[in-house]
Amino acid sequence: MIHGDGVSVSLGGERVLDDVSFDVAAGTLVGVCGPNGAGKTTLLRTVNGILTPDSGSVTVDGEDVASLSARALARRVATVPQDTSFAFDFPVREVVAMGRTAHRGRFERATTADRDAVDAALERAQVDTLADRSVGAVSGGERQRVLLARALAQQTPVLLLDEPTASLDINHQVRTLSLVRSLVDEGKTALAAIHDLDLAARFCDALLVVAGGRVLAAGPPEEVLDEPVLERAFGTRTAVRSNPVTGTPTVTALADHETPLEDVVAERRSTDTTGEADGTVGLPDGGPEDSRRVDARPDGGDE
Amino acid sequence: MQSWRRLGLWCGGLAAALVAVSLGSVAYGTVDLSPVVVAKAMLNAVSVPAGLSVTGGALGVPLVGQVPWLGVDLQYVRPFGFAVPASAQTIVVQLRAPRVALAAVVGFALASAGTVMQGFFRNPMADPSIVGVSTGAAVGAVTTIVFPGFVAAIPLLGLVPLVGPLQVFAFASALVTAFTVYLVATDGGRTPVATLLLAGVAIQTLLGAVVSYLLLQADESVGQALYWLMGHLSAASWNDVVVTLPLALVGFVVLAVYSRDLNVLLMGEEDAHALGIEVERTKRVLLAVSSLVTAAAVAVAGVVGFVGLVVPHVMRLLVGPDHRLLLPTSALAGSVFLVATDAVARSGPAELPVGIVTAALGAPFFLYLLRSREVRTL
Repeated sequence: MIHGDGVSVSLGGERVLDDVSFDVAAGTLVGVCGPNGAGKTTLLRTVNGILTPDSGSVTVDGEDVASLSARALARRVATVPQDTSFAFDFPVREVVAMGRTAHRGRFERATTADRDAVDAALERAQVDTLADRSVGAVSGGERQRVLLARALAQQTPVLLLDEPTASLDINHQVRTLSLVRSLVDEGKTALAAIHDLDLAARFCDALLVVAGGRVLAAGPPEEVLDEPVLERAFGTRTAVRSNPVTGTPTVTALADHETPLEDVVAERRSTDTTGEADGTVGLPDGGPEDSRRVDARPDGGDE
Repeated sequence: MQSWRRLGLWCGGLAAALVAVSLGSVAYGTVDLSPVVVAKAMLNAVSVPAGLSVTGGALGVPLVGQVPWLGVDLQYVRPFGFAVPASAQTIVVQLRAPRVALAAVVGFALASAGTVMQGFFRNPMADPSIVGVSTGAAVGAVTTIVFPGFVAAIPLLGLVPLVGPLQVFAFASALVTAFTVYLVATDGGRTPVATLLLAGVAIQTLLGAVVSYLLLQADESVGQALYWLMGHLSAASWNDVVVTLPLALVGFVVLAVYSRDLNVLLMGEEDAHALGIEVERTKRVLLAVSSLVTAAAVAVAGVVGFVGLVVPHVMRLLVGPDHRLLLPTSALAGSVFLVATDAVARSGPAELPVGIVTAALGAPFFLYLLRSREVRTL
């Protein structure tokens, strides 16, 4: 559905994306992960046409993004921006109705189809109860859903989300991504920049690890969230385990002095000294297989 | 449906207010007339095309002989014939009405352009002259006043019918200035509004220096130049109205057509693009049309400040940020405001330039709103 081929983008003389190729299959949710400044947002901007690549091309449903008008593109790709500052007090319904811009002629009035699309989007994003409130007066989590509703009103096959969970509490993070997940299950294709690797692994079909303007790995979360890949991407040691609750990968970045608990245990087993000796760690009885925690001994900086 | 009714009610109310304020303003003066006499005199002056008559005959053409021809004559009828003293008729129709009409047109133009500029720049301090239109017009006008010979030597200026060289030169230099600011701020087909804003400030400062220098060179004409710079309507004629009104109306219609795009632009340019707006093209149209409308107003009335800044703010507080409602109501409110302030301007023992009155009345009112109703956002 979305296909990037050798995309390079420079901003202010600095190469932000360097010969990046990626594929998003129709009906999948793909997460773009990577450190700050890796080029995640830039990559999304090449898909919604805000940036035109210096070289390479991005196609959506076989059509070159650079050759489509803003209007034609807005009928194919909807974007949920990371943060829109609402310096005005439009009612929520009006903001969502702006999603219909690309479907309405300049002199056309809103049709029944427009109104239905807005109502459906409000309901789907669970903001129908806020419809008449001023968008300046809703909370951060609600505002994110208003922007999602606006994107849904565009009725596009492709949805882009830029850090949809960045400023949300854990409840709203999961609700937002569950909603995106169900939209994808119903047939939409979504590409989302997601900071939180655990959430990305839980909800995405595939991940794209981007760092330094390049794609380091792409594929199912279980394959991509690999300790060496993550160390290259983020420049820090990580421990990747299976989350006992969800069964999906969970990533823990390790501080310099930290060692994963089970490694410590294994090391102690092999030298026949257990944690009781210095009393710094309390190990669960089940042994290393059950422990997903990280030892935080201040003196455990051995690697 | 609801929104159309709101639009109708607001515009109907403001139009009624405009008629009332205009009648009052025309009635008021050194010779006080009753509004009834004013209304009668105005109606007497109305003439409507009432019919066609076909004329014909034969024309002698050399070598060909007699050629028959047919022609069509428009016949005008003055449908009203109220009894009004001839002096009152002249005062109303020739002296006061054109001034009130011009005030209405200028207020309409400045408030429309101001509304659009504030939305366009997403900046509450934006006014119609933010890209240097007024300062550009000032350079043109003051040059004409201080060096009449120099301007008279420009051949094209005399060719424009109905208006004098000062208006034409002011209008042209206003547009050249706005276009220069646009060119300076545009790079690779994109015009970031922040750059546009700063380029506008820089060019306004530069041209402000030019105006100051010109004033130093002026001898006895300095008073006339200062008077122009403060904004004035005292020299208004029907010709000014006839030239300015179509520009203001056509410009307004174009801006009104773009009012939905302007709403979407309030979301930010990236969002607007993602929603299907051709951002750069829309910005070019809005900038060009609002500069044109402002230039037309400033060329005939001088630098009338504050109308384009305060009126849109007040209307935004009253009707909300939706430009489909905000633009027409601001435009009409601008008319009402300028007609009323011009009446105040000529009510004192010595007539004041209207620009002084708009600022003197507008600024305290604006400060009051700022304190009481939180005008902190668009």
